[in-house]
Amino acid sequence: MYEQKVAKAFDEPGCATNQAKSDKERKRGCGAKSLTPGAAAGGCAFDGAKIALQPITDAAHLVHGPIACEGNSWDSRNSGSSGPTLYRTGFTTDLGELDIIHGGEKKLWRAIKEIIARHRPPAVFVYVTCVTALTGDDVEAVCKAATERLGTPVIPVTAPGFAGSKNLGNKLAGHALMDHVIGTVEPEVSTPTDINVLGEYNVAGELWQVAPLFAKLGIRVLAPITGDARYHQVASAHRARVNMVVCSQALVSLARAMQERWDIPYFEGSFYGISDTSESLRTLARMLVARGAAADLMERTEALIAAEEARAWATLSPFRERLAGKRVLLYTGGVKSWSVVSALQEIGMVIVGTSVRKSTAEDKQRIKELMGDDAPMVDQIPAKQMYAMLARGDADILMSGGRTQFVALKSKTPWLDINQERHHGYAGYDGMVALVRMIDAELSSPIWADVRRPAPWDLAETAA
Amino acid sequence: MTEVVSSGKAAAVNPLKQSPALGGAMAFLGVEGSLPLLHGSQGCTAFALVLMVRHFREAIPLQTTAMNELTTILGGADNVEQAIGNIRDRANPRLIGICSTALTETRGEDMQADLRSMRERHPEWAGALDVVFAPTPDYGGSLEEGWGNAVRAMVEELVPEGCGTRTLRQVNVLPGSHLTPADVEEVADLVAGFGLTPIVLPDLSGSLDGHVPEGHVSTSLGGTRLDAIAAMGRSVLTLAIGEQMRPAADALTRRCGVPVKVFDHLTGLAATDAFVAALIEAGGEPDARVKRDRSRLVDAMLDGHFWLDGRRVGVAAEADLLLALTEFVAGMGAVVAVAVAPASSPSLQRVPAPRVVVGDLDDLEQGAAGCDMMIANSHAREAAERLGIPLYRAGFPVFDRLGTPQRVCVGYRGTRTLIFDLANLILGHGAHASAAHEHTGDEAAAREKDDRHAQAQAG
Repeated sequence: MYEQKVAKAFDEPGCATNQAKSDKERKRGCGAKSLTPGAAAGGCAFDGAKIALQPITDAAHLVHGPIACEGNSWDSRNSGSSGPTLYRTGFTTDLGELDIIHGGEKKLWRAIKEIIARHRPPAVFVYVTCVTALTGDDVEAVCKAATERLGTPVIPVTAPGFAGSKNLGNKLAGHALMDHVIGTVEPEVSTPTDINVLGEYNVAGELWQVAPLFAKLGIRVLAPITGDARYHQVASAHRARVNMVVCSQALVSLARAMQERWDIPYFEGSFYGISDTSESLRTLARMLVARGAAADLMERTEALIAAEEARAWATLSPFRERLAGKRVLLYTGGVKSWSVVSALQEIGMVIVGTSVRKSTAEDKQRIKELMGDDAPMVDQIPAKQMYAMLARGDADILMSGGRTQFVALKSKTPWLDINQERHHGYAGYDGMVALVRMIDAELSSPIWADVRRPAPWDLAETAA
Repeated sequence: MTEVVSSGKAAAVNPLKQSPALGGAMAFLGVEGSLPLLHGSQGCTAFALVLMVRHFREAIPLQTTAMNELTTILGGADNVEQAIGNIRDRANPRLIGICSTALTETRGEDMQADLRSMRERHPEWAGALDVVFAPTPDYGGSLEEGWGNAVRAMVEELVPEGCGTRTLRQVNVLPGSHLTPADVEEVADLVAGFGLTPIVLPDLSGSLDGHVPEGHVSTSLGGTRLDAIAAMGRSVLTLAIGEQMRPAADALTRRCGVPVKVFDHLTGLAATDAFVAALIEAGGEPDARVKRDRSRLVDAMLDGHFWLDGRRVGVAAEADLLLALTEFVAGMGAVVAVAVAPASSPSLQRVPAPRVVVGDLDDLEQGAAGCDMMIANSHAREAAERLGIPLYRAGFPVFDRLGTPQRVCVGYRGTRTLIFDLANLILGHGAHASAAHEHTGDEAAAREKDDRHAQAQAG
């Protein structure tokens, strides 16, 4: 059952990586090459699907599998809600040995019933995991029956962990939205400036950093997909005029499918960095006007950009002097590598390396445009090598995710979190200012000089 | 007699349970030069790794056999062999500890037989690499079962059979997963203070205590040495802490005839006294320091009991930690209003409460309404906020406070700290009226208690 879904997910003309592949490579799918036993890192497809859908705040998210899938992972993502909190509750069927032997469908049915009776959510998302995919529980049938008999949409999300990477899981989540959610509800009102923002999960409140910009322009986010979303918003997303895809690879297939079915044009943009934010607003305004929004939206957008950029630069100018020439090693993936590069270059920092292990050919081209042909693009850096680089002092600061946090800290090198689990938002003009403040604070901490001093006994040895 | 009941829900709500494989991996991290390997899909490893990183704030070496549907159906031996090869190339550990998952156990594999034939094919492993397999399916209990299984597997694989010559004054200490790295160090110090030489397995105090090594290390940063593990058969006594360690301790007895004493936990005066009595019986002698520490604990109990007496406390934790915490608070006069464990265990029968629920943090929240305090892991913080009561963070994971792995709650000194921490939490929450005042409605008794509190404050 799930194999066809996965194969379908690999057939993605909108994906830049996919376009660059041969037919044979494309069939093998994405993420396959990273899955080497004993040398793999990263989350699974289930993780990716959960990341993409859990920010729907008023829905219940039920994980159908053994305890590890939810027990080890719930309450780990920092996606903010402006209202409902049900999405923060961890639900799992926590399958026992007998459930696995006899099949877990009955337990799943009872679990769905319990959740609907107690919480009355507008919808329940049910996540298939490796074990329930292996034993062949018919989750789609249970969800279908539950939807009909319990009067609440129950949506199967078929992205078992072993299907592939986190990125694939994002895509499969998009398929679940296309198959079961988007287009099932009509919005109460429609405006000519309705947009959807795809692939923005409101991590550390980043959606809220750009929402005021939209509000000033009179642009309405019909459906955030899915940061701080309500279920009915996502269900009515098919009436938007334009789709903006923020995290390029993850949900581009959803944007393309929505274009095919409902004629919604899309573009890929970013809210990291001042010029990228301005460019995204500009594109958004242009596309909305092309679809019938009032023509003065363009002028108002340019006026807002001018005012916001001036304000941001005024705040940043004192930092420019302090940070110019500081060397950054950027170790992140995909879209973030170029959007952060341009942001840091704007304040005069020097990029000594930027990882492109998850980047598309297009991403790499963008980096070359920004940094020239000799851009220091690096692939995966083994932890040992990265430690040596940092211990040598090749960079003043490492900006990365939690995985390499301790490589930096144990080498006594400043470090800044720019991934999923972080607690500070860096989006939009205000986010850029926040990012620069954080970099400055981290670099100028007095502890660096202190912790790098040799211990007294080592001093004594040198003297002797 | 404590009644142990299941919460009876089809869906766990805000799970308290973590997977046994995570517990197994954590135990393997207490051995020097080790690298645990989860036999499952790569997500199994990613989730366990992230959770341990959040708790310990340390890099966690942990690998995956990266199973997919096809390799699961065909059997994962090839993936295991490939993984071991790749891990050797990259990190060259002395020990690889393999933990199974629900995925590979559902299919069913004879991993021991597979490993035997792998060792035949790889004579280069001999003397350079030990591989230990621990069965840790998700449906076989919780974190502590995985921890216990991994330690038992290490004993069976790494301690040679037969007793040889006994090493006088050498004792084995098998700490359960309910002890923090700092707890483990405290116990080892306590044993050493009696003139005995402890071999501690596993020893997180060497690997996950939070220290900065000289250079980059791709395996565990420290822990029990393999030659020390091999010498465990010659000890005069095994001190196992926690019901979860009984299978490992029994394995040592079976293989090498080492007598064993199992302690539920080492929190509280009586519990520490029992442990110390065993140390004396094993030929140890108390030094002046430990006598002073005991006296200080007694003083802390005298000072602190006013603030815990009659308080209603809700506790959710792994079975052995639940027993430790509930016995301790009940011993200070508090009432265990609700006790929740993630999985069944013989320890639960001894919890000083009318009933123990095998359930989740939702069960804790439902039962803790009206309590003065909640004790659970960080996942309970929102429940505590909703109920408006303070949360004392204990167990795994604690990710919203620093230094939890460095906190000591065992022995005379650790128990003293725990009394102060809990009493301060009550004090900080502005709870001046006594518990009796709020819950019995007995005004006279309440006034009397308030007076006592006032005296205690004045004194």
